Amino acid sequence: MPATTTSPIAAVRDVLGAGGARDATPADAVLGVQPAVVAEPASMAEASALLAMCSARGLTVVPRGGGTKLAWGAPPERAHVIVSTARMDAVLDHAAGDLVAVVQAGCPFDRLQERLAGARQMLALDPPSREGATVGGVTAAAASGPRRLRYGTPRDLLIGITVVLSDGTVARAGGRVVKNVAGYDLGKLFAGSFGTLGLIAELTFRLHPSPEASHTVEVEVATPEAAYAAVRLAVSRPLDPATVELRWGGGPSVSGTLRAGFEGTEPGVRAQTDRVMSLLGHPTGQGIGPPDVRPDLEDEPVTLPAGATRVKVAHPPAALASAVRAAWDAAGEGRPPALSCHAASGVMFVDLAPSTADRAGAAVRAVRSFAERVGGSAVVLDAPVEVKAAVDPWGPPGDAIGLMRRVKERFDPTRTMSPGRFVGGI
Amino acid sequence: MSTSASLSGLARRLADIVGPEHVITERTERRTYESDALANHAVIPGLVVLPATAEQVQAVVRACHGTRTPFVVRGAGTGLSAGALPIEDGVLITLTRMRSVVDVDLPNRRVVVEPGVTNLEVTGAVSAEGLMYAPDPSSQVVCAIGGNVAENSGGAHCLKYGFTTHHVTALEVVLPDGATVHLGGDGISPDPPGYDLLGAFVGSEGTLGVATRVTVKVVPKPEAVTTLQAAFATIDASGEAVSRIIGAGVVPAAVEMMDPLAMEAAEAAVHVEYPPGAGAVLLVELDGAREEVEHLSERVEAVCRDRGAFDIRLARDEAERALFWKGRKSAFAAMGRIARDYYVQDGVVPRTALPEALQRIAELAAEHRLRVANVFHAGDGNLHPLVLFDASVPGEPERATDLARDILAACLALGGSITGEHGVGKDKMKDMAKMFGPDDLATMQLVKCAFDPGRLANPDKVFPTPRLCGEAPGPYRQHPLERAGVAERM
Repeated sequence: MPATTTSPIAAVRDVLGAGGARDATPADAVLGVQPAVVAEPASMAEASALLAMCSARGLTVVPRGGGTKLAWGAPPERAHVIVSTARMDAVLDHAAGDLVAVVQAGCPFDRLQERLAGARQMLALDPPSREGATVGGVTAAAASGPRRLRYGTPRDLLIGITVVLSDGTVARAGGRVVKNVAGYDLGKLFAGSFGTLGLIAELTFRLHPSPEASHTVEVEVATPEAAYAAVRLAVSRPLDPATVELRWGGGPSVSGTLRAGFEGTEPGVRAQTDRVMSLLGHPTGQGIGPPDVRPDLEDEPVTLPAGATRVKVAHPPAALASAVRAAWDAAGEGRPPALSCHAASGVMFVDLAPSTADRAGAAVRAVRSFAERVGGSAVVLDAPVEVKAAVDPWGPPGDAIGLMRRVKERFDPTRTMSPGRFVGGI
Repeated sequence: MSTSASLSGLARRLADIVGPEHVITERTERRTYESDALANHAVIPGLVVLPATAEQVQAVVRACHGTRTPFVVRGAGTGLSAGALPIEDGVLITLTRMRSVVDVDLPNRRVVVEPGVTNLEVTGAVSAEGLMYAPDPSSQVVCAIGGNVAENSGGAHCLKYGFTTHHVTALEVVLPDGATVHLGGDGISPDPPGYDLLGAFVGSEGTLGVATRVTVKVVPKPEAVTTLQAAFATIDASGEAVSRIIGAGVVPAAVEMMDPLAMEAAEAAVHVEYPPGAGAVLLVELDGAREEVEHLSERVEAVCRDRGAFDIRLARDEAERALFWKGRKSAFAAMGRIARDYYVQDGVVPRTALPEALQRIAELAAEHRLRVANVFHAGDGNLHPLVLFDASVPGEPERATDLARDILAACLALGGSITGEHGVGKDKMKDMAKMFGPDDLATMQLVKCAFDPGRLANPDKVFPTPRLCGEAPGPYRQHPLERAGVAERM
């Protein structure tokens, strides 16, 4: 046991060796909170010893994958040690015949997909900020994209998980078969837990065959109501789109763009595309422009300008039109927000133009008030630190917050893991 | 004989809550509830109570909590792992009176039901609108949604559509201390902030609380369905065909397989006319948009032919499709025609290990001198070996139990699971320790401790060694090392 006076980096090096730790730099700060050390365990055993040491010494830990979503959530109360999964980055197994992959948490998302593509398979997730992202980070942040409409989010595809708790316990749940109901599903608990319950170390995913063909149908929509009417048509039986995306950059004075993406076999996709073209070509509502088709799947990430604030609004899918209008109203007189919506799933990203923390905070509160009224939520993802200080990034957590706190207390009684990062100050 | 003295006070409290006619104290009546569908486990509950509303459930649970009385929740009692096995000195809460469809939200494609509503009634509520509730356990006519939530039920079509956990979007839950919480937000808006406690609750086998209201997704019924039945000379050939189908990028709605013994039983019951000499029959169902289904159907047929299928039938109409399924679905019940008794096992292997698993099952059956019929969900490697025996022959029931256990061990050795859909319950508690290590099981039970530190909800199920929860830890504790001055908080 290191003496009381041992510095954090010396303590980490005692566990991981000299190469396993470096001094943190300002680039390692988490939402303005400066850590002392970046630790890079190379194995499960090292990760376990590291966390046990940290919790015993009262060093708080923030797990980090690629760091692409580290600015989501609330700033940690303290962050002594960044535990990077960079050296736990292997694809441990790709059982192509079983459509299953086992990876270490630090495996880069793109590298996994490249590997799977060789067998014409994929992990059916398309989270934002993919470049540099890791599979573990995507899971911890519950990041998803347009294809969630068909395939769901990380929790839906995760079939097995190995985690390291703050006391060093290594625990496994689930398995490597898709159909399995033995024991509690800890994978779902850890997916989206933002590093507050433990370190996700290994993950097993159900895979899907890569689609042979994909087509996207695109229409201009003049009003939010027209957008919703077009969404209804695009998901009407028997249409089965993999994505339905709405982009609206310029406020009510310009039109929005709705794109429905179809995946499958060439004949199947062509037939679906023809049908949606004909449906949208004779719209029941007003304000839907002539449809156009392109032979791929729209997946253009919307980049966020520096200083801007991105809010993820979750709402009932049928409230799409009022959600769009609420976002416009919330932004007030200033530059209209850029909206990108997983329009059939009830997810709307509101990109608020850079402004003062007060104004951004007020806009977040306004859009949150709408979301709560319709039963949903508004969570601030990327935003300047001042904005996150002005408004709770998570919003009200609902009546299960007491239970969530008890879960946190059981898994991490020392509050070692990312304290303060999550809902309700967890 | 009436309820024991220790429970009689509680019985009076419960009668105040639900009315005396809905509290069962007489032993002969309580005995009706001694088992779920796995009849070799039986315990007569101390008391049975049948609440009709969420408020009554809450009051009942509070009364149990106040007297530290353990309780078990039961839906329709169709479970196959003794998950709803009662407790002798506990309360059995039966939810069959909670049968209302609370809300149908067509624009958002959601249905809200009470837990006693049957699986098929959910689809019934939206069927006229061209929608359906996708999970379809074979007991769907009678099994209750609350039980589906507890067991994370699957069904033949979960290969494509997923399990209960993919379709339940919100729950109202009475926790074991009597508090009501809402998991999953409003059930319509996605991604509620916070831990996915909904995901932890679904499949927790009644050990974390009582779901009193269930919100589920409903999805459009497929435009087209094709069902193909193909006969193969050997199990290996059919297993190879399944791998090739999946390898060809096809995700069928269902892939089912039957071996000769299962066919023999089904044939005796429903006359499907399986081709003579078939060593295995595959049932492959594709659904979705018409053009996609037609195209994939040709591909599946070609794969089967290429793998040596000698009798391929495409259901010409709904009647023939129903007949194919009837053969498959009647196989369990039809076992009575070829054996006095049988034991249904539920194990999972990676799909590519199916031929090996079936070979191993045949070897084990020979070792134990018993017959095993195989009828199973081949697409996801979920085996349902039916161990046939005669309970009147001394030693046979024991050999059947041993064989069933050995089959599970074989599944685990091949990288699988001890249960794909029937659950752990009381029946497979011991097997949990073969699949998971002590730290895995202890960590899972941290969830139990957070939900139910007093261990009142369905205790002594699922986990072979219960974890004592101890004091709920506070938000901050001084670490012993810290107290001793060995380490300090920085």
